[in-house]
Amino acid sequence: MATYSTNEIRAGLKVMLDGDPCSIVENEFVKPGKGQAFNRVRLRNLKTGRVWERTFRSSDSLEAADVSDRDMQYLYNDGEHYHFMEPDTFEQYQADGKTLGDAVQWLREQDTVMVTLFNGQPLAVTPPNHVELEIVETDPGLKGDTAQGGTKPAKLVTGAVVKVPLFLNIGDVVRVDTRTGEYLSRA
Amino acid sequence: MADWQPTATLETLRRRAELMAAIRHFFALRSVWEVDVPVLAKTGVTDLNIDSIPAELNGRRHYLQSSPEYQMKRLLAAGSGGIYYLGKAFRDDESGRRHSPEFTLLEWYRPGWDEHNLMDEVSSLLSELGVVAEPVKVSYREIFQQNIGLDPHAAPLEALQQEATALSGSDFTAVSRNSCLDLLFSLGVESTLPDGLVFVYDYPLCQAALACSGKDSSGVPVARRFEAFLNRMELANGYYELTDAVEQLSRFESDLALRTAAGKSAMPVDHQLLAAMKSGLPACAGVALGVDRLLMRLLSLVDIREVLPFGIRCDVND
Repeated sequence: MATYSTNEIRAGLKVMLDGDPCSIVENEFVKPGKGQAFNRVRLRNLKTGRVWERTFRSSDSLEAADVSDRDMQYLYNDGEHYHFMEPDTFEQYQADGKTLGDAVQWLREQDTVMVTLFNGQPLAVTPPNHVELEIVETDPGLKGDTAQGGTKPAKLVTGAVVKVPLFLNIGDVVRVDTRTGEYLSRA
Repeated sequence: MADWQPTATLETLRRRAELMAAIRHFFALRSVWEVDVPVLAKTGVTDLNIDSIPAELNGRRHYLQSSPEYQMKRLLAAGSGGIYYLGKAFRDDESGRRHSPEFTLLEWYRPGWDEHNLMDEVSSLLSELGVVAEPVKVSYREIFQQNIGLDPHAAPLEALQQEATALSGSDFTAVSRNSCLDLLFSLGVESTLPDGLVFVYDYPLCQAALACSGKDSSGVPVARRFEAFLNRMELANGYYELTDAVEQLSRFESDLALRTAAGKSAMPVDHQLLAAMKSGLPACAGVALGVDRLLMRLLSLVDIREVLPFGIRCDVND
């Protein structure tokens, strides 16, 4: 794998640190007038999501991480693993529930999601920012209540539970922001 | 369309013009005269951590000057008396919020003065220029010990390497004493300094650069070097100047050995400076002050490009 001099790493680059793939968040140049130049780097560990702060000498280098983001189709869950397919090559990948994390509550078969691969293996799965999903369980809708601000919980076809306006019913399709879990509109 | 707009506001640039005029006025009142030494010369510096920018002139290698120091010392040896330079300096591979490869330096020399006289004059200048702060003076050892818990002059290298590794989160176990001190000072000391103007003096001998060596109040050998920090930002670096040509040559040679060991290009030694020192550089104190950084602090701006008419954008975040 290629290496980067710490002086040339910029936000977004993926590097290896302590055996884990990381994404550069920020890189600040620090140098006493007569002294050694340093790079104060903030990196997000892509396995744990934690942000690390490290300071390197500008002459140090970091190994590039073999990390790539691919759009894939979600196929099915076999009870243990979740299966995805790259639409161009038909190549299939499987990931466990730990890799999916919160993304699992937004997964619907046939939908396209972003799968982050590390050394050819899924590292994380990111659903689209906005999804449109059908309500499968909620209290009956109250007609004529469209103007008032009340909400109620509704279970969606993928298992996620979101707060929706009172007038919605089972079978309605809603638009939701997957980053916040918030209802946006009726689709 | 090409982005032609200045990186500083016109108001900032007017303040910059006023600042330059006020600096010149300060020195005119004190009969220190301005010298406009060349920025292009056949030699650069041998420093391990400063890279001169090369320039070809009729096919011959020259360098943009990283500081006016050597040429000013030749003027001092010629009998100039007190002099100052207010102009550009250039350093390769330095770009960030506080660094620009082309920047403006104010550098001045006072024959017959020592570094403590000069710290007083730096305070007077800054107060004239609008820095409202009572200066604080502290020795390198005291501030270092307070924050790092080690004596910078006496601590064994392994102890400094361990502290640097702990503070940086990366491996400093095979790193030089100088680089460990730089790391510990930059991360562990600078950020803890109080608001206002702080002078740090009596540097470790290994960080003497172009300062004379001497002894501190407890008899420990130190470099007679000081730095000024304004709200935790390095602003000025000064020396009770080394005047001994033999010692100067030996420092150049050890610089070059360090450059070779680090895989950096060798640099030609400035023999004109050495000859001037041999003929007699008067005892003097000198200091260099970053004018762009001073303006950043006066105007509460955080990026050096906000005080430059057309800031060069070549750092990693662009």
